[in-house]
Amino acid sequence: MSPEELPSMQGPVCPLPISQRDTVVIGHGSGGVLTHQLIRDLFQKHLNSPRLRAGNDAAAIELPASAPEGLRLVTSTDAHIVTPLSFPGGDIGRLAVCGTVNDVSMLGAEVRYLTATFILEEGLPLDELEAVVASMADAAAEAKVEIVAADTKVTEKGQCDKLFISTTGIGFAPASRRIAGDQAAEGDLVLLSGPVGNHGVAVAEARGNLGIRTAIRSDVAPLNGMIAALLQAAPGTHVLRDPTRGGLATTLVEIARQSGVDIALEEESIPVDPPVRKACELLGLDPLYMANEGKLIAIVPAHEEQAALSALNAHPLGKQAAVIGRVLGKSAGRLWLRTSLGTTRVLDMLAGAMLPRIC
Amino acid sequence: MTAGIFDKQRDPRRVRELAAAIKSVVTRPWKIMEICGGQTHAILHYGLDQLLPPEVELIHGPGCPVCVTSLEAIDSALQIAGQPGVIFTSFGDMLRVPGSRQDLFSARAAGADVRVVTSPLDAVSIAQQNPDKQVVFFAIGFETTVPVIAASILHAQRNQVSNFSILPANVLVPPAMHAILSSPDNQVNAFLAAGHVCAIMGYWEYEPIAQAYNCPIAVTGFEPADLLEGILLVLRQLESGTASVVNAYGRAVIREGNQSAQQMISQVFQAVDRNWRGIGTIPLSGLGLRPEYSNFNSFERFKLEPLAVAESPLCIAGQVLRGNAKPTDCPAFARECTPQTPLGAPMVSAEGACAAYHRYHKAVA
Repeated sequence: MSPEELPSMQGPVCPLPISQRDTVVIGHGSGGVLTHQLIRDLFQKHLNSPRLRAGNDAAAIELPASAPEGLRLVTSTDAHIVTPLSFPGGDIGRLAVCGTVNDVSMLGAEVRYLTATFILEEGLPLDELEAVVASMADAAAEAKVEIVAADTKVTEKGQCDKLFISTTGIGFAPASRRIAGDQAAEGDLVLLSGPVGNHGVAVAEARGNLGIRTAIRSDVAPLNGMIAALLQAAPGTHVLRDPTRGGLATTLVEIARQSGVDIALEEESIPVDPPVRKACELLGLDPLYMANEGKLIAIVPAHEEQAALSALNAHPLGKQAAVIGRVLGKSAGRLWLRTSLGTTRVLDMLAGAMLPRIC
Repeated sequence: MTAGIFDKQRDPRRVRELAAAIKSVVTRPWKIMEICGGQTHAILHYGLDQLLPPEVELIHGPGCPVCVTSLEAIDSALQIAGQPGVIFTSFGDMLRVPGSRQDLFSARAAGADVRVVTSPLDAVSIAQQNPDKQVVFFAIGFETTVPVIAASILHAQRNQVSNFSILPANVLVPPAMHAILSSPDNQVNAFLAAGHVCAIMGYWEYEPIAQAYNCPIAVTGFEPADLLEGILLVLRQLESGTASVVNAYGRAVIREGNQSAQQMISQVFQAVDRNWRGIGTIPLSGLGLRPEYSNFNSFERFKLEPLAVAESPLCIAGQVLRGNAKPTDCPAFARECTPQTPLGAPMVSAEGACAAYHRYHKAVA
């Protein structure tokens, strides 16, 4: 500490430590007074579940009234890191809620509860943190889930990139429900809830990686409401999956391999917003491989195709939903794309990171 | 799909008409080489090879700039990037190309400051923002990328950005065409010239090549109808026994090219001998900095020693890049060599023939 920084003595008074801070400091992770201040003044202001407020080491939750055939508990956990913390259409807080809500929903479960862990980097402005926590609260309200437990840790500067959030979701599904990635069967139809690529392009642009400016916004949204409506209309649904990292193509290759079937897509029926298509074209990126955070792939038996499509179209997040392909017979698990020219090509998983092409 | 600037060139009806026209002119087997990796990518992306009659075989040329960048250049890049106080900048797909021991991604993981830029002018900005660092741009690519690299040098000079330099590795198309056509095992009957290169350089340079080797050349774009039109125009010539340069990419290319861009290139660069990965040294096939700009040359700034380098013994990239083998002919294809574990550069970039086959081709099991 340099002499200028030393508290000046003004008679016989004990210098008080600074109590009002505008950034995260190591003391916020001490478990002492600063930790309690942070929890009370910032986190509890927005996350105000009674279970969280009770201040216990764990939260007890009631099991829902059992379905006739019993219930299964469905859980998933997801870590969220994104630079920058906020991007057009969302931020890390909304992402942390929606990502986990969506993952739990993909087994056809009704998501009820979330827990959250915050890893904070020393020096993170508290107002940035508060904006993220407020956004989590909004997203949780939108998804109708309760954040019942949370934890905070602080790292020294440079040991984490501002803020990492890990969330765990808990939901319940009827024990008889068998929605899973290995359930795609010959003759099933592949439905997609809306245009792909928006999140990937929005985040890349916010990162300043693209060298272009667009008005593209992330699609990050909780899908559980739309899934509930879908399952009501098409209870025989075989597969639900959200095409996040790796995009639509990588996700469908995963499903094809899990189920041991070939899947054929019709290029012309895959919705892509024109600005996303143009941005990708300019940069040599493929919208089929760009990340999404608010899109749903549903694979349904043929007799439920119309009911499923109508249910998706009737939901605000599924207005542009479309049937984009169908499941072929048993095979090694390949994804085919029939182009608008009538030719076909194989789509594989994304290899490594998506890189802009040189020319 | 919605209205866009390429709709006409992607119109299925127009594509079918061109495919039918191609079928009607062909009477014998022909091998046509598309120069540019962007064209290879488009052909496989749209499955255009499936629309051609069996007599027409497309051979994929050496025009993937990432693929032909020499191992020495990549190892030099890795050597510079690994030094303290250096910010190494590059076009994105160069990061995954393997050098002798590692790639730029692993250098980054080991602590090097390696950044992807979409323009060398961004690298100059990075240099201005980091005056205490040496900022190096990996100057790869064909004639298409050279004007903006020349512009970045001139911009850096004007603004006295003394901590910016380039690792010169640019290459030129016409010497490679000479090398392919004069090779004793040449199989190429006609070329689709790379439209973007010609947008800069024009196509007057290709006229003596067409004449000397009796080889039709069509300046060709990158959309389905562009490519089929280029193929149709060279096939008509092949079938009638003529050989000239025709322009099938009139919306972007004129014979003289972009003269102010050419002038900027010749102000900063001069032709030098260059080693092409998998092909070898081709005389006067690369661009080096003119002596008056040598202070922007990373080789000189970092006083690099020449490197001894070694390729993977399994990789047949050289044969693929010369058009003598298809990616699927390689014993390592889709086995030891995949986009995640590339042994040779053509498996790396989306423009590389091996990567394009791996992604799109039906033959892949």
